[in-house]
Amino acid sequence: MDKLINDFSFGLFIWQIVIFVGLIFLLKKFAWKPILDAVNEREEGIKNALLSAENARKEMQNLQADNQRILQEARLERDNMLKDAREMKEKMVADAKNEAQAQGLKMIEQAKAAIESEKNAAMAELKLQVSTLSLSIAEKILKDELSNKEAQTKLVEKMLGDVKIN
Amino acid sequence: MVISNKPLRFILVALVACLPLISFANPEEGSVKVKTEAAHEVTEEAHAEPTDVKSKIKEFINHHLLDAHDFTLSVNEETGEHYGFSLPIILWDNGLQVFSSSKFHHGEKTAEHNGNYYVLHHEKIYKTEADGTLTEGEHGHPTNATPLDLSITKSVVGILGIAVLMFLLFAGLAKSYGKNNGIASGAGRFFEPIVLYIRDEIAIPNIGEKGYKKYMSYLLTIFFFIFFLNILGLTPLGFNVTGNIAITASLALLTYLITTFSANKSYWGHIFWMPGVPTPMKFILAPIELLGTIIKPFSLMIRLYANILAGHVVLMSIIGLMFIFKSWIGSTLSFGLAFALSILEILVAFLQAYIFTMLSALYFGAGNEEHHHEESH
Repeated sequence: MDKLINDFSFGLFIWQIVIFVGLIFLLKKFAWKPILDAVNEREEGIKNALLSAENARKEMQNLQADNQRILQEARLERDNMLKDAREMKEKMVADAKNEAQAQGLKMIEQAKAAIESEKNAAMAELKLQVSTLSLSIAEKILKDELSNKEAQTKLVEKMLGDVKIN
Repeated sequence: MVISNKPLRFILVALVACLPLISFANPEEGSVKVKTEAAHEVTEEAHAEPTDVKSKIKEFINHHLLDAHDFTLSVNEETGEHYGFSLPIILWDNGLQVFSSSKFHHGEKTAEHNGNYYVLHHEKIYKTEADGTLTEGEHGHPTNATPLDLSITKSVVGILGIAVLMFLLFAGLAKSYGKNNGIASGAGRFFEPIVLYIRDEIAIPNIGEKGYKKYMSYLLTIFFFIFFLNILGLTPLGFNVTGNIAITASLALLTYLITTFSANKSYWGHIFWMPGVPTPMKFILAPIELLGTIIKPFSLMIRLYANILAGHVVLMSIIGLMFIFKSWIGSTLSFGLAFALSILEILVAFLQAYIFTMLSALYFGAGNEEHHHEESH
């Protein structure tokens, strides 16, 4: 212990304190502060980069989910539209069919009516023709029959004969 | 931290292998009948000058552990020539006295400057009369006056060198961020993870997310300062800076001052008036707690000093064994042992820097702790 105290060099102690404190302040200004700042900055940069990458990944995922959703919706809509179109088509076809049927029936009806009326008209015409014809025939016959006395008498007699029978 | 037990195991094996050699070095003649050629040599060498080599090594180690006023890399024992360079001596003795350490001739001569005479004794400068005699005190230390020694010693050179190195290294690292888009380049790249480790594993867990920033400069500086100086101590340049109590004392003092001046109200409240204990106990606890604040940095000082000092002593002793054995088995083994220990010392160099920083952070954290249970607002 005594040797230790005797060996204690006060000059070295002072030099050490002066140099060391000077070194701390010099290094603080020229080394530690810039080093720690640079390292901090770098770490912040890395942290931010990681965070933004994570965010981008999330956004991407969201976007993808959105896309998926939109696609799904579009598909649904398309399906609906197709279904609607099909229904409409069927309805239209059915409507047209019904209409055509009704129209056809109506036309048939009309045709029938027309045929009937034409027939009637024809019949009437025929009757007229027949009656005129028969009248003219009868006229001719009568004219022919009544042209001589003998024939007239014969006819009267015949008719009278007929009446007698009755 | 997981410490691999492989080097430890190796050291144990090497130690056990060395045991018989050590016993040969101090043989009891009667008991050992059969000796190998190598053992003969060892004993002969040991017998020839047994105390000389050992005491020389001991003196060398003791000398190494002290600070030095000149930078000596090696000494030629035969010619007494020192290879190295002198360092400036700065004394405060009735005014500033500056001269070169070459005047002392490595402690062999009395230096004269401006009419004052100085003697370098065990790397301590004493003021003497012209004849350069030291009067011995009761503890074996000279009682001569000691002027305030502000010399640029070997340790100061080491501190300055490391300070410059740290400044260049970390300023370069700081600059490389700007040049390279926020990514470190060059040698700083190796140290950036350590800086981050100190921030994330030492400062933030111990001090807290809120207040850690103001201590970062101190913690980073002290970690790298101790780490580099510990590593410097393992180089053959022969520095022993962190194993010097003046250095560790100044570091511990700074930790103590920062803790004391940055502590909040609740820290002092817990020291002087411990909440939650009976009133008489508070009077007993206050001096204990107050003593605790001083013991904590004191333990920091002793821990670093003792660890590094012990590492140097053990390592140098084992290296010294090589010169005592002077046999191919013993010297090889002690070389292997020294090698393994050096690797262990690198781990210790890191560990002690880590512990010092960690405990400093812990004390700062204690001074900054928020105690929610007693806060009224």
